[in-house]
Order: sequence, then C-alpha cells, then structure tokens
Amino acid sequence: MVVNSVHWFRKGLRLHDNPALQEALSGADTVRCVYILDPWFAGAANVGINRWRFLLEALGDLDNSLKKLNSRLFVVRGQPTDVFPRLFKEWNVTRLTFELDPEPYGKERDGAIIKMAQEFGVETVVRNSHTLYSLDRIIEMNNNSPPLTFKRFQTIVSRLELPRRPLAPVSQQQMSRCLTNISDNHDQLYSIPSLEELGFRTEGLPPAVWRGGESEALERLGKHLDRKVWVASTRVKTCSLYASPTGLSPYLRFGCLSCRVLYYNLREIYMKLCKRSSPPLSLYGQLLWREFFYTAATNNPNFDRMEGNPICVQIPWDQNPEALAKWAEGRTGFPWIDAIMTQLRQEGWIHHRARHAVACFLTRGDLWISWESGMKVFEEQLLDADWSVNAGSWMWLSCSAFFQQFFHCYCPVGFGRRTDPSGDYIRRYVPVLKDYPNRYIYEPWNAPESLQKTANCVVGVDYPKPMINHAEGSRLNIERMKQVYQQLSHYRGLSLLASVPTIQEEAEPPMTDESQSSSGPGMRTPGQVSDDVMLDTWSGVR
Amino acid sequence: MKRGRSSLKTFPSHEGPAKRQKRLATRFPLPPSPDWGNLPHHVVLQIFQHLSLVDRARASSVCWRWNDVFHTPDLWRRFEFELNQPATSYLRSTHPDLIQQIIKKHAQHLQYVSFKVDSCTESAEAACDILSQLVNCTIKTLGLISTARPSFMDVSQAHFVSALTVVFVNSKSLSSIKIDDTPVDDPSLKVLVANNSDTLKLLKMSSCPHVSPAGILCVADQCHGLRELALNYHLLSDELLLALSSEKHVHLEHLRIDVVSENPGQAHFHTIKRSSWDALVRHSPKVNIVMYFFLYEEEFEPFFCEETPVTHLYFGRAVSKEMLGRIGLNCPRLVELVVCANGLKPLDEELIRIGERCKSLTAIGLGECEVTCSGFVEFVKMCGGRLTQLSIMEEVLTPDNSFNMEQIHSEVSKHLGRIWFPDMMPIW
Repeated sequence: MVVNSVHWFRKGLRLHDNPALQEALSGADTVRCVYILDPWFAGAANVGINRWRFLLEALGDLDNSLKKLNSRLFVVRGQPTDVFPRLFKEWNVTRLTFELDPEPYGKERDGAIIKMAQEFGVETVVRNSHTLYSLDRIIEMNNNSPPLTFKRFQTIVSRLELPRRPLAPVSQQQMSRCLTNISDNHDQLYSIPSLEELGFRTEGLPPAVWRGGESEALERLGKHLDRKVWVASTRVKTCSLYASPTGLSPYLRFGCLSCRVLYYNLREIYMKLCKRSSPPLSLYGQLLWREFFYTAATNNPNFDRMEGNPICVQIPWDQNPEALAKWAEGRTGFPWIDAIMTQLRQEGWIHHRARHAVACFLTRGDLWISWESGMKVFEEQLLDADWSVNAGSWMWLSCSAFFQQFFHCYCPVGFGRRTDPSGDYIRRYVPVLKDYPNRYIYEPWNAPESLQKTANCVVGVDYPKPMINHAEGSRLNIERMKQVYQQLSHYRGLSLLASVPTIQEEAEPPMTDESQSSSGPGMRTPGQVSDDVMLDTWSGVR
Repeated sequence: MKRGRSSLKTFPSHEGPAKRQKRLATRFPLPPSPDWGNLPHHVVLQIFQHLSLVDRARASSVCWRWNDVFHTPDLWRRFEFELNQPATSYLRSTHPDLIQQIIKKHAQHLQYVSFKVDSCTESAEAACDILSQLVNCTIKTLGLISTARPSFMDVSQAHFVSALTVVFVNSKSLSSIKIDDTPVDDPSLKVLVANNSDTLKLLKMSSCPHVSPAGILCVADQCHGLRELALNYHLLSDELLLALSSEKHVHLEHLRIDVVSENPGQAHFHTIKRSSWDALVRHSPKVNIVMYFFLYEEEFEPFFCEETPVTHLYFGRAVSKEMLGRIGLNCPRLVELVVCANGLKPLDEELIRIGERCKSLTAIGLGECEVTCSGFVEFVKMCGGRLTQLSIMEEVLTPDNSFNMEQIHSEVSKHLGRIWFPDMMPIW
C-alpha cells in the first residue's frame, strides 16, 4: 500500500527532535511538510509585525533546510478545516502527522481535524514534543488537578522520570527514502508570504533584533550554554535589560528550539562542571515555568480570562481605554514604564523584571486595569508569548491566581532606578530624556524647570506628565486587593499577609501513584548521556 | 396576585400554580398534590434566605404567598447596592426597579447597608441619591465603598454631605460607618456625633481630605463607645489620643493610621508625643495600632524616634535601612512587618535586631530587599515557630558560604517547624 504522508507544522518549527515528523517519514513513499496560514487573519488577529516577521523567517528557515534534503515547505493559505479535505484528495494522503498541541484551543481544533481525517480514511499520528513531560501525567500525579503553586509543581516533577530524550534531526538518509513531489509552480502556490503581502507597511522598518528560525535557535543555544558556564563560574547576579544574543524564549515558543534539547544540554553541562549526580531543578528555571503554565492551562479553556475561570480571583478592575492606550503606547509619563513598553513594541522582547514592572503598573500597582488587557498587548507584541504562559504570567503578576501575596508593589520610579542606576536604558528607549541627569531621569517631573529647559525636554510639553500619583494609586489599590481577598478567605483580622488564603497543597501528604516513584527526589539514577544525540542536534541543520 | 406587581417590570408574572392546577383539575381529576403555595411562611422564608437575590426575586413572582415572603422585613435587613456603569466596570449593577422597590417598601427595614460604586461619578451620585431617600430608617452599619477609583470624591461636596447627613440624622443608632475616600467634612461629623454618640463603635475615614483634626477630636470627645478608628496621620494629634484614653472612653481595639505624601518635601509631618502614646496603651493595653506608610525615603525623619506602640506596620514604598534599624529599637509591640522595598544592601543586622527585640512578631513580608541566607537563618532561629506568616520574595535571599538557595528552604523549615518556601515570580 502506498503511504503518502503529510506533516503539519504549527508550533514545532524545526527538523531536530521532531518525533511526529519522523513518524511521517517512517515507511512513507511520499512526504510533504505543510504550514497552514490564514492571511486574512493577519490584519484582524492580535499579532504585531515583529511576531509575523519572526514566524515568516522561521518558515523560510524550514524551507531552506528542507531544500537541502530535496524537499520543500508547502505554505497553504486558508483554514485547516477547509484546506485539509482539499489536500487529502489532491495528494491522496494516507497519513497525517503533527506535534501535540496541549493548549485547549489547539486540542479542540485538532480533535475536529482528526475526526475529519478519519472520514477520509487518513491515519493520524500525534506526538508530544512541545513540552518536557506529558502534562496529563503531571495532572494525574497531583490528584487529577494541575498544581497551582510552583513549588508543588517542582515537587511532582522531581518524582517523574526524566523527560524523553530528544531525537536527532531528520537526516538526508531518511528523506531520500521518501519523495516530495515539487511542482514547477510550487513557488506560486505554496510560497511563504511576505510582510507586505500580509498587509504590513515595511518602509523604515528596522532590522529584526531577534531573527526567527531553527538555525538561529541552534546557534544561540551554543552561545547560551557558554554563557551559563561563565555565569556559574563567576557567580555574577546579572540582569541585562537589553536583548541578549543568547536569549532563547521566542525560539522555545515557536518550537524552533526543542525544549528537551535545551534541557539535556543544561543537564550535561551541569554534570560536567559540578560532578554531582543530580542537577537542582532551579537549573531549568525558565523551562519549568513554561511547563507549569502549560499544565495549568491545558484543561481550562477559560484560562485567558477572569470570567468563568475557576482559578482566577474576580477582581473589580476598572475599564479605562484612555489609560490603557497610554500604557500600551509608552506615554505614561513614567520613563521606566515608557522605556519598557517602547522596547517591547520595537523589538518584541523585554526582560522578566521589566515585565513585572509594567504588569504591576497596569493592574494592581497603579492603573487598576484588568490583566486581560495587558495580556492582549503582550500577545500582539511579545515574541515569546505562548497563550498559556502569557495568560498565566499575567494572572500571577496581577495577583489574580496562584495564591500570590500582593503587598510588594513595584514602584515605577524606585524599581527602575534600582534595576538600572545608570539610566542608560531610559536614554536609549526614550531618547527625548537623554540629557537628564541620573538624579531626575526616572522622575523628570521633579526636576527644576531650569534643568528641564537645559535638557531640552520640558515635562508637559516634550514629554508627558505622570498620568497617576503612584503613592495615591498604590494606597487605594492595596485596599482594594485586601477587600477582595478578605472576602475570599473570610479573614477578618488585621494582618495584611494573612488576607491571602494559603493553599493546602504544600501541607498535604504526597500525591497519587507513590508506587511509581519508589526512589525519593534526588535519588534517581541518571540515564546515560549520549554524546551522539548532542552532537547530532548541533551539527544537524546548518 | 397582581398586588405590587406594576413596579416590578423586570420580573415577568406567571399564572400561579394554584390557579393552573384548579383549571387542570376540572378536566383531568388528579390525586391531591402538595400545594407549594401553601407552604408555611417560615419555611419559605428559610428557603429564601439561601437563595441569591435574583433567584429570590424570580421566586417572588410565583404566587402571592411567596411574594409576601419576599417582602418580609427580615430579608431586607442587609443590602448591598451595587452601582456600576457598563463603560467603566465589568460588574453588574443592582437593577433600578429593585432599588425603587427597596426605597418604597423597605427603607425602614434596612439595618446593614453598603454601597459599592465603580470609578464613574454617575455611580457615586446614584449612591447619594439613594442615601438621601433613606428617611425613617434605623440603619446600624453604613459602608461607602469604591471598588476602583474613588468616585465619591468627584461628587459635589454639598450633594454628598447633604445625602450623608440624611442618614446620620434619621438613623440615630449608627454603630459602624465606613466612609473612606469621601468628601465628608467637619460639620457632617458634628451631625453624626449629635445623633449617634451613644451607639458609634466603628469609624473608618482614611483619606478624607476635608476633615480637620478638630473635626475628628469632636468625635473622640463625644463618642465614648468608639472602638475602631481609621484615619490619616494629619488628623492624629496628642489631644486625640488623650481623648480616646479618657476615663469615660471604652477600650480602643483598633487604630489604623495612613501616612501618605503626595510629593516629596510637600507634607510636613508632626510628631506625636511619647506620653500620648503611653496614655493610649495604658488605657487600652490590647489595642492594635496599624500604620500604613506611603512616603518617600527622606520623609521618614519624624517617625520612630522614640518608642512607638505600633503593632502592624506596612511600608508601601521604599523604606531606608536606617528606618528599619529604628523599628527594631523602638517598636516592642510589633506583630506584623511588611516591607515593599528597601534596596540593594543587606538588611541582616536590622532584621536580626527586629527578631531579638520584637518579641511579639508573628508575621513578616519582604519585597525588593536583600538579606544574606545566613542572616535570614539567624533571624528565623531567633523567632522560631512564632512566625506564622513568612513571605519572602525569592530574589531577596542572597546565597553565601554557609547556605545556597537549595539548602535555605530546608534550614528555615526546620526552625519554623513546618514546610516553607520563598515566594516566587515567573522568569519567562
């Protein structure tokens, strides 16, 4: 029987560690890799130019890599439910493969596609490679509900087996056994659109700070690991607000880099450097936070909103479109906030401390506007905003979920000054303030008028006045939060800290399935680290 | 069955089950079934007490008996008016028809009333309109709560004050009043005192800029049953503390003081004499004194120079190392300390001193601060199991030669006698 495979790229835009793609190739006569793009969506959807550019670059990179393997990427315009019936018929498809998408919207969409494929007699093969672990297993191990504190999550993860090992990238040998029928008019039918074709204006668009694609991701991985070694050896507490050439978060989001490849590389380096058997969970910080939010979201279709979301505290946020616009466009009059929002819009990435600052300012710190509004702005502009991670983080930072204490409010002046005393970050992203001295650059409205004039930037004329009085705003807001939480926890006392209910998770005895993890945490025998796997993923796709 | 129906436009009327049954029974004789409309009054009342307002209102349209129960005074003792505009809030509003019903039929039954308004002036004005109509009532507790920006401050002062005094004059037995962030003034307080001095127990009026120290002193002088008071620092005076400690006055239970500055250098803060504080504590040895500070670092000078009997302390902005040192020295009654931010130098010394000298400390929260792991462990050792709330941001703790981040949580858990972890923030 002839096997005609189609591999459907959605996230997982890579040829390394792609078990679903491997399944497409296995024993197939022909294979085609498709990406389905709905161009109409570009204008309507909440996706900014930087995110589109990153995606298009990632697709271009895939196409290039496939070319080297005598294949191509097929970018099909339309919606999956319309596109697939057509392709199934046209290409006589017998097998459809794709990477598991654990997000609720993804699961629903995929459920419909699998059903449709069945009707066409097409076999579907789905493999998990977007998360380190099986999220269902984590949930199962926590008495069938997702862990709601990070510590609990870590405890459970520490009792699991190591994540499945990453697979080598698709090889020349594998591809040579399958044919890809590339028609002469492939570029007309299946090419990757340009930004202009999607309706964006590109005159004057500065070059991308974060270049999309698997190749870039793997190059960065090398540099990232080098830097990790350096940081570990010098014990430096670094916080660089600027885009880092070793940053990996956007690549993890789009799947240009496999999270498991990163995991095992970190593990290997740690074991080499520290000669101890088991790395601490803190080594995988970023990866585990990502996994935590994915786990919390996978069974909750209302995860990205307050109403109808069982884990979200119902807070009486204000509706104020004018204030929201000022925040989103970096016109708050607080240089620290404005610089961050400007970097976000220009480059598509900001440091996590910067995210804490602007999220707090929008929600529980100053403006008292709903986290959903902030989440949407991030979704549009932030390159690494996964649906789960973005929504979860906004709930966390606005103290809307996960049992967070709300007393620590980030001051839009003080926090900025402590993070970057030199003020250079402000000068770079809010250049109109560049001639202000450090003393006043975070609070230009307090500078004497004469100084404002010499600096060629008068507050209220060349730069906005602060849109809110922070002391007043934070005072009011802490009262609001306290009111909400005291009603929730039925707490009637005077302690600010005790207003937040504590979850019993921590105090509870360990979870289900104890028999599976007979060895306690930290006593797992580490698997053999295969050098071959590591080398392959590095040299694989260049 | 049509009694009182005309004003209830929202709740559609149905043919009552009794009538319908009668009609059906003539065509299809049925065995006698229980007549829900004939349930005893107190049974229906009990059931209604478990229903939400909306469900209760729907149930009231079923038959005249149930409608009667709906209007039982007992169900109208407590009410929370929610006043929101769709453009400014996600929350729903109490239906205007229901509001009219209440004013017409139940004003005299209301005892525990609150108004929750959003940031729109219209909502606050609507609240004032309702207040003005609450004549002939015996309200015991009144709460004016803004859920977002304080919209009561945008209402004309005259309108607000006249509405509020309607309740002050008519109720005559007010015991608990929450009017934070409102334009209440000294004359209205005089009216309050003139009519409710025997019953007033709780008064919360933080951030009421039109009240003067003399105004609040009048309340303390006349209302000897006052047990809970919340106000801003500029209203606090030696005279006030002495008035609250006079022989005729009951023991004060809670005193909450907000210390807020708008701009650096603009507010000058007076000092309270140590003797005044002492008098207060002598008179009310168990009093809880809660202080919330929203100041710039340089404005703290007048505070904590001498022994201050504060029990709950919150610093909503950065507070200096020096100030935290003073607190260790001068706040022996301290129960809870919450610090939003300090800076980049370790606070080991200050923290240990607080652990040593604040023997009643049971709760501490640290935001943007720095403490070495060893210093922190020493602090926890000193306090031991009495620390029931320990909320430390993960980035506060700096690893040193004795402890790293992995070891700190087990060490601290050991000394606390329970599992403990620092607070975390996502680092994506």
